[in-house]
Amino acid sequence: MSVIVAEQLIKTYVSGDIQVEAIRGVDFSIEPASFVSFIGPSGSGKSTLLNMIGCLDPPTSGKLQVAGQEVTNLNRQDAARFRGENIGFVFQDFNLIPVLTVFENVEYPLQMVQNWPKEKRKKRVQEMLEAVGMADQGYKYPSQISGGQKQRVAVARALVTNAKLVLADEPTANLDRDTANMVIDLMKKMRDEFQTTFVFSTHDQRIVDNVEITFALEDGTLHRQKNPTGGHHG
Amino acid sequence: MGNIFKLALRNLFRYKRRTLLTSMLITLGVVAVLLFISISGSFKSLMVGQITDSMLGHIQIHKKGYLASIDSLPLNRNLTGKQIDKVIQVLADEEAIESYSMRIKLGAMFSNFAETTNIRLNAVTPVDEMQTAPLLTERILEGEKTGLIKAGEILIPELISKGMKVKVGDGIVLVANNKDGSVNGQNFLVRGILEGISGPGGRDGMIHIDDAKSLLRIDAAEVSEVAIRLKNIDQLPAVFASLQEKLAPVKNQQGQPVFEVHTWESISPFFNIAKMIDLMTFFIKIMLVAIVLVSIMNVMIMAVYERINEIGTISAMGTLPNKILGLFVVEGFLMGVLGTVIGTVISLASIAIMNATQISFDFGRQTGLLLSPTIGAADVIVVVLIVIAIAVIASLQPAWKASKMDPITALKHV
Repeated sequence: MSVIVAEQLIKTYVSGDIQVEAIRGVDFSIEPASFVSFIGPSGSGKSTLLNMIGCLDPPTSGKLQVAGQEVTNLNRQDAARFRGENIGFVFQDFNLIPVLTVFENVEYPLQMVQNWPKEKRKKRVQEMLEAVGMADQGYKYPSQISGGQKQRVAVARALVTNAKLVLADEPTANLDRDTANMVIDLMKKMRDEFQTTFVFSTHDQRIVDNVEITFALEDGTLHRQKNPTGGHHG
Repeated sequence: MGNIFKLALRNLFRYKRRTLLTSMLITLGVVAVLLFISISGSFKSLMVGQITDSMLGHIQIHKKGYLASIDSLPLNRNLTGKQIDKVIQVLADEEAIESYSMRIKLGAMFSNFAETTNIRLNAVTPVDEMQTAPLLTERILEGEKTGLIKAGEILIPELISKGMKVKVGDGIVLVANNKDGSVNGQNFLVRGILEGISGPGGRDGMIHIDDAKSLLRIDAAEVSEVAIRLKNIDQLPAVFASLQEKLAPVKNQQGQPVFEVHTWESISPFFNIAKMIDLMTFFIKIMLVAIVLVSIMNVMIMAVYERINEIGTISAMGTLPNKILGLFVVEGFLMGVLGTVIGTVISLASIAIMNATQISFDFGRQTGLLLSPTIGAADVIVVVLIVIAIAVIASLQPAWKASKMDPITALKHV
């Protein structure tokens, strides 16, 4: 069963008398454990689409199913609950919480969103930190680690809840080439290890080269491209 | 909930200087209020003690209408034998009463054989009077204090002593009209000089009640007022109500009430000063509320504004709006608690220091009064609760804004 199914998805923004159709009736589906990217120029609707998939912004019309659940009409509270249970986020600026240590940042979704018991939580966080190679940095604060390390922590945080889907908005934009490659490799490894679907919104050709499917967006319409060189999964 | 507290506390210490400054402001407000309450309370109870214990007593009973015409000290409005018996009977049933003193109040001409002036006098039974106004003897500036007064002696007010150049041991004559209008005179020996204090009766002289009876040619039992002292002044409202209830139904032949009962509050003008002190305390509390409200709200608005991106992140991760609300409210709450705890500790320490150093002050002509500030647990608890409640209320609006923030807009915020 597809992890994401979109049918005739439309997103229109209204500003005064002006209506802007950011997404114009797109249809697509994404299979579990895929490595998928949405590409396109600025203003093409990448972020809008990612926001709708991430239940941060409801579609104006159409149908959207994520992780087997219809999410088109979720209210704010239910959308938050759904995100907490099913979706992980990786941001361009890492968005770690500065007052929490690396360990506590990864622990945050388990503690504040999913209310895991302490012992189980500690074990899971340790596992994730080991998986992203940050097990020995748990005591440090975000200000004490590098950009690449921050993004590793962000990946661990996105996956710690066993999210079915990770949405990554320009995850390599603030990283140098080597670090970006390292983060992409890490995410592929995580996909392989945890069978999580990774969906990127990106301009970064290195990501595009590594995904299996690329959706190109232009003026709110979608074109699917298979990537023959994209990393396989499984 | 513990997690929210931990995160809130970390966020508070993220901006140490700001948190410290805001807490200091709250601390300052708490210290100002608690010290004002303790010092003004001490001053108030000291003055109330002075007034009631050296002159008025806590409650007074008169014949109906006496107090309205007290300036002329009317002898025809004295309580008579049967009425006195009724009062004694009622007072015997009140366990909260420590003592009472029957007084005859009279006006007379005072002569030192060279000059004459008028004088207002309280005629008392010394033992009863000393029990009812235990600080009275401290008002005796010159002369023997023990036993207060004997028959044939007079305590004269300080002003008459100076004005008429009369000293302790001098002989004087009192001439008074009785209620039938006949005049009588009697010699007295000046036993002592009585310090004048503000308020009704504060500049009266004093003689033995037996002398008043002979001077006024009173044969039967007769008194102008009954001054009552309670074991505990806190029982004043209850005892006053009880006395009123028991004495109000006693009517004369015309169906009019015979007695009137007054607390010291309705007799002494100092009660208005005490009320003003209470009013000032109230306004100082209002200022404290304003300080806490403005400072916490300002800090929390800044905190939300500075952490918009972070709010977007935790919201995207699935943190429910009520948890985000809780996070910011707890921050305000903790800041209030911090300021209050420090403020309370400083205040209590300051009160202890003031008591240890024995600060004295003057009030009117009374000098060297010792300031002994105290504060009740109830006052501290009320101030602490006010500050913490206002801190939470002040955090609500910014916290509400944070919880309602659109995650996309918040994540885009730079």
